This record gives sequence, C-alpha cells and structure tokens, in this order.
Amino acid sequence: MSGAGFLARRLAQGLIVLWIVTSATFALMHLAPGGPSILADPKLSPVERRAIEERLGLDRPLPEQYLAWHRNLLRGDLGRSYMYETPAGRTVVERVPNTLLLAGLALALSLALAVPLGVRAGRRPGGPADRVLDLASLAALSLPTFWFGIVLIILFAALWHLLPAGGMTTPGLEDSLRDRLRHLVLPVAVLALPITAELLRYVRSGVAAAGRAPHVPAARAKGLTEGQITRRHVLRNALLPLVTVIGLQAPILVGGAAITETVFSWPGMGRLGVEAALGRDYPVVMAITVTVAAAVILVNLLLDLLYRWIDPRVGIE
Amino acid sequence: MKRLAALAPAALLATLLLFSWAGPLVRRTDPDTLDLRLGTGVASAAHPLGTDESGRDVLARLMVGGRVSLAVGTLATAVALVLGTLVGGVAGWRAGWVDGVLMRATDAAMAVPVLFVALAVLSLFGSRLPLLIGIIGATSWMGPARLVRAEVSTLRQAEFVVAARALGRAGPGIFLRHLLPQLIPLLSVAASVGVAYAILTESALSFLGLGVQPPRASWGNMLTGAQASLYTAPLLAVWPGVMILLTTLACNSLGQALRRRHAP
Repeated sequence: MSGAGFLARRLAQGLIVLWIVTSATFALMHLAPGGPSILADPKLSPVERRAIEERLGLDRPLPEQYLAWHRNLLRGDLGRSYMYETPAGRTVVERVPNTLLLAGLALALSLALAVPLGVRAGRRPGGPADRVLDLASLAALSLPTFWFGIVLIILFAALWHLLPAGGMTTPGLEDSLRDRLRHLVLPVAVLALPITAELLRYVRSGVAAAGRAPHVPAARAKGLTEGQITRRHVLRNALLPLVTVIGLQAPILVGGAAITETVFSWPGMGRLGVEAALGRDYPVVMAITVTVAAAVILVNLLLDLLYRWIDPRVGIE
Repeated sequence: MKRLAALAPAALLATLLLFSWAGPLVRRTDPDTLDLRLGTGVASAAHPLGTDESGRDVLARLMVGGRVSLAVGTLATAVALVLGTLVGGVAGWRAGWVDGVLMRATDAAMAVPVLFVALAVLSLFGSRLPLLIGIIGATSWMGPARLVRAEVSTLRQAEFVVAARALGRAGPGIFLRHLLPQLIPLLSVAASVGVAYAILTESALSFLGLGVQPPRASWGNMLTGAQASLYTAPLLAVWPGVMILLTTLACNSLGQALRRRHAP
C-alpha cells in the first residue's frame, strides 16, 4: 500500500472513531435524567436559559439537534462552564499544557527506566535480574496510584518536610525553576510508576524473543561482544513494538494524570474533569471527553505513521 | 514451587474474603456509629485501629468496605468476561468480515480513556452500584475478547470441532459444549487479572468521589476522608491502601501463576 493511501485510510478510521465518540456523547446527554437541557446553567435566569436552549435547538427534532451539536463542535463551541462562567472549550484547552508537562515527563522517565531495565531482564530470561524485576513490576502494577501518591505526601511532605505536598509553585516563588521542579518530583514519580512497569514487561519479552532469533548466534559466532549484539541486533527488533505499546498506554496515561493531579492539587485538565464531574459542570465534562478522545486518536495515528517510518517491513504487507 | 506460586495468593485472597465477609459477623462493631470520645486515628481497646474523621470505627469500615470492593470487582469482571467471550467467540468463530468489524471495534474501544468516560457517565446518571459495575465491566472486555478470539480461531480448525460440525451440530451448540470448556484456563487467568484491574478502577473512582458513595464505606472512599488528616493521623490513609494493595497483588500473582501453569 502506498504511503498516501495508508495515511488516508488511517485518517478516515480515526475520524470514524471520533464521530462515534461525539455521537455517543450526544446520546448520553439525551439519555441522562433531565436530557440535554443540563447543558444550560441552572443558575441562569429563565430568559437566559431559554436563549441557551434555543441556541442548542432543544425544541427542534432530534436529527436537527444532532447536526447542531456537531456543527457547534466543529466551531469549537462546547457551551459555557457553569463553575467558571467561561467558554468550556477554552477552559479545557488552557489546562492542557500543565497536563502535557506532567504526562510528558512521566512518559520520558518511564522510557528512561524501562528500556535499560527491560534489556537487563530479557537478556537472561529466568536469571536473578529477571526474577527481581518481574516481582517489582507485578507489585508496581498492583499498587493503587492515588494511594501511592498519598503515601509519598505523608513521607516526603508531612514527616520529612523534603518536598511540597501539592500545587505547581510556592506563592512568591513563581519564577524559581528550582521550586517548580520540586513540585514536579512526586506527581511525576507517581504517574511514571505503573507505566514503567508496563513498558518494562514489553521490553523484557521483546528482548527475550529477539535474543532467540537465529541471527543472534550468527552474530556471536562472528565474534561480536554481548553488548554489541544487544545494541545492534537485539534492541532494534525488540524496541519496535514499544511504539505501539506507548499508544496503548495513552488512555491509561491521561486517566492516571487525572488521579495524580487530584492527589497533588495539580491544575491540569484531569483535575478539571474530576471537579467538573463532581460539580455537575456538564459542558466542561463533555468538552473534556471529546478533547481527550481526539487527543488519544491523534497520538495513535502519529505513532502508526512513526512505526511505518522506522520499520520498513510494515509497508510491504 | 509452581504449586506454591498459585497457593500463596489464593490463600491470601481467601483470608481477605474471610476478613470482609465473616469479620463483621464476629466483631459486631457497627461501621456507621459515631464515637466522638477519641481523637481522629487514636487507637483504643474498643477501636483497635482508631476512629476516622467522623468518629466511625476504622476496622469495621475496612471489613464492610472490603465487601463492597470485592463484590464490585468480581461482578464487574463477570460482566467483562461475558462480553469479551461473546465478542471474541463470535469474531473467532465466524472469521471473515464479522471478525474484521468486531476486532476493529475492539481496537477502538481500547483507545477510549476509561476514566473520563466513567466520570461523564457517573456524573450524568448519578453513581449507583449497578451502574458502577456495568461501566467498569463495559470498559474492560477488550483484553478477554482478544484472548478468546485468538483461541477460538485456532480451535475451530481442530478435529473434534470439525467432527461435531460434520455431525450437524449448530455453531452455538458446538461453542457451548466443546469450545467453552477449552477456554476455561484462559478465562481463569483473565478473571484474576481482571478482578485486580476492576478493584483498582473502583477504588480510584470512589476516591475521586464518583464511585461508591458515602456513608457506605469502600476502601477507595475511606482514603478520600483520610486525606484531610494526613499530617495528624497518617495511619488512617495507610490501612485502606494496604487492603487494596494486598487484594490486587493476590489477584495479579494468582493470574501470573495460572498463566505460567498453562503455558510454561
């Protein structure tokens, strides 16, 4: 399949999934008790409420409302937040950089840990390093992230006074990079832990499988050192699937970010979503659902393209 | 060694079940009664783990909270396994375009950010236990579906299946009589790992305030309350987390031991 054809097909698939998501959110709003008028702020006067209901077209037939919902979405118009009294779409987008900072650093840390450790474990399956890391990753995957965050706050903030318990900056120290970094340590560690464990398991099995390939004994016979074999002949094959695995981690990463942000009072999109859900700020809840779904679809699309670019075998099929 | 690997987590799970289900029958302290004579988190003879921020007995709440968490985890996993077996079974059995459509749908469902969908649905419809169970189940059937599909698409070529077909048995009959028993090892692995995942999701949602609603105790929502006294009574935030960790650790290691037994 040609590159352009592949891109077009994947793009079409992504758009179909996104369309299913927006249709599902539309259906959810109409099935909810009270129906879609929940999108109009109950605090408003009856006249203002009526105006919003008219703009949403709530008196119109269902198919027309369905089209209006998508038309508004395309324009980025997702209604107004009740809690902040701002456009919901913009309120969500404003919080995205804070979440990206947290999630990006966590992903980078996870990769920096998972790749060397996974190689270490996979080079000798069943060896001591493999067993220890197997147990450690099982424990990490069983650990409730929000509780791990709370325990870290108890230890590092309440007992030892080493690190701040939450927030992004200390009031008065907004310009200090050191202060910002200190605020990042605990949330990044909490978010990175389960992802490190998950990626480690994939790297380990990838390395173990690649080590069994027939070209590895051949390289050894050629007189290459174990380090050279790992770097040139094992790692390349073992790390390719990691690109796809990172895509699979994306929904877990954003969900984990919401929990981590709540525990550490981090002003990101996830905490905004949790607060909006608790405060029944439906326009913001809907805006976040659609934004997050679109972001995950986009990330998977980009990773697919990346995969195709770095692995020439994929295009041949 | 192999036997021990499966027995230890199974024994731990049995202990946790006993603690949660039989515990309240033996130790009859009411989990909702307020006793404000003690400070938050101070232990006494009547309250070995102290009382929480509202003056309720922590040990009693850990027990009944365990009932909720274990029940939600188990039932949600049952929903996920039924859905997964159905989707994966049909996809693997029918093959062709049905398989294509179902598996693309499974891929798409895996890209859905579960936590945000759960937040939206639970806030729109209000949090009730059946809805919580349904939503956790409905967002975790994809793993089992893939496993079942892979197994069924190999098994459908097997001689005993071809023979059953030749005898004129219908598809669903063959599936139930001949294929389902073959899938049990696979499903038991998926079940134990699934319960761990479901309990983690339930406790996270309850912690955020959208899962099990107070005053009903769950390990997750006990942590929400404990957050207020992290500096004065940190142990209150330790116990519920330890319970969750023990449960998920037991389920995950049981799953791993079962997997190794079937595919050494």
